Amino acid sequence: MRMPAVVNIVRTASLAAVLGVALLGNAQATEIDADQQLKGPEAFEHIEDETERSRAMFKEAGKVIQHPRCVNCHPVSDTPRQGMDMRPHEPPVVRGPDNHGAPGMVCSTCHQPENVDSAGNGVPGNPNWHLAPRSMAWYGKSLAEICTQIKDQDRNGGMDMDELIHHMAEDSLVGWGWNPGGDRTPVPGTQEKFGELFAAWAHSGAHCPAE
Amino acid sequence: MKITVNGSSHEIDAPDDMPLLWAIRDRLKLTGTKYGCGVAQCGACTVMVDGQPKRSCVTPLKFAAGHDITTIEGMDGAEFEAIQTAWRAIDVPQCGFCQSGQVMTATALLKEKPAPSDTDIDNALAGNICRCATYVRIRQAVRDAADTLEA
Repeated sequence: MRMPAVVNIVRTASLAAVLGVALLGNAQATEIDADQQLKGPEAFEHIEDETERSRAMFKEAGKVIQHPRCVNCHPVSDTPRQGMDMRPHEPPVVRGPDNHGAPGMVCSTCHQPENVDSAGNGVPGNPNWHLAPRSMAWYGKSLAEICTQIKDQDRNGGMDMDELIHHMAEDSLVGWGWNPGGDRTPVPGTQEKFGELFAAWAHSGAHCPAE
Repeated sequence: MKITVNGSSHEIDAPDDMPLLWAIRDRLKLTGTKYGCGVAQCGACTVMVDGQPKRSCVTPLKFAAGHDITTIEGMDGAEFEAIQTAWRAIDVPQCGFCQSGQVMTATALLKEKPAPSDTDIDNALAGNICRCATYVRIRQAVRDAADTLEA
């Protein structure tokens, strides 16, 4: 007699979990980022002190770097996050040995080479969908901490400043942030403008904000 | 679009963004692969694409064309047979709806990790929901299958 009740509870819970995901996706649609603008380097030319100008540009770049669209896949733990509310990823996936998921449940089990919008809010996609390595964890960190981390070749994948600029301006998975598909809020500006801003920061001494 | 399923080539007259699952179930009548949630949250629609598990409900046909697709009906090999035997031995399924997806994922896991830990099993099968909550038997059967392969 007990089993049907258990089955019903589990069935209801599973349905609620699936519906919950769909509903959250819709709620996200109404959440519009108030500041979709990203200033280019020209907006900072009036700051005469180079260090201050550099810091100001990194703070502007922080609108992109600290956006949930980017931070969600730079987790401190082994689990990505999703949505503007940065909730834990559903299903509960883990990074696995190469940041592309666990054996039997890799990122590409669900994520296609491009965004798929056919079902609900769809599934975001990119040919190289994966998590940033642990050393590049950004979640919960201040912009100053992230800035120092980005410049640290022991933690940034061994990239020098030219490679970092290329990564920010050209990498297609970084670029996904501006083309997230579905009802997802994109990161501010364009990848081109972000690349220019990041390059200008790098060429002005790559100074980090104080906090 | 031309897709290869279980070794046979099929011409499917459909938009290239149609989910692979629709082609498998509705056009090819291979109904072992199940439609569960339709949004890659439950795992019932799992098939193999070039030997890797894929949720066919969110795989557009254009990304399946040119690849080897295997459904539950076309599975074979030592890992699959070990899984099948272990599943039968302890009667893993209850209603059975999710089980083809569970078996696909479990087989993919054993192909990559012949001696998985409980954590490996949980991580691999985290995306395969079972509304009858047969999780304890699923995990046991994967362990049993791994033991068989090792022996």
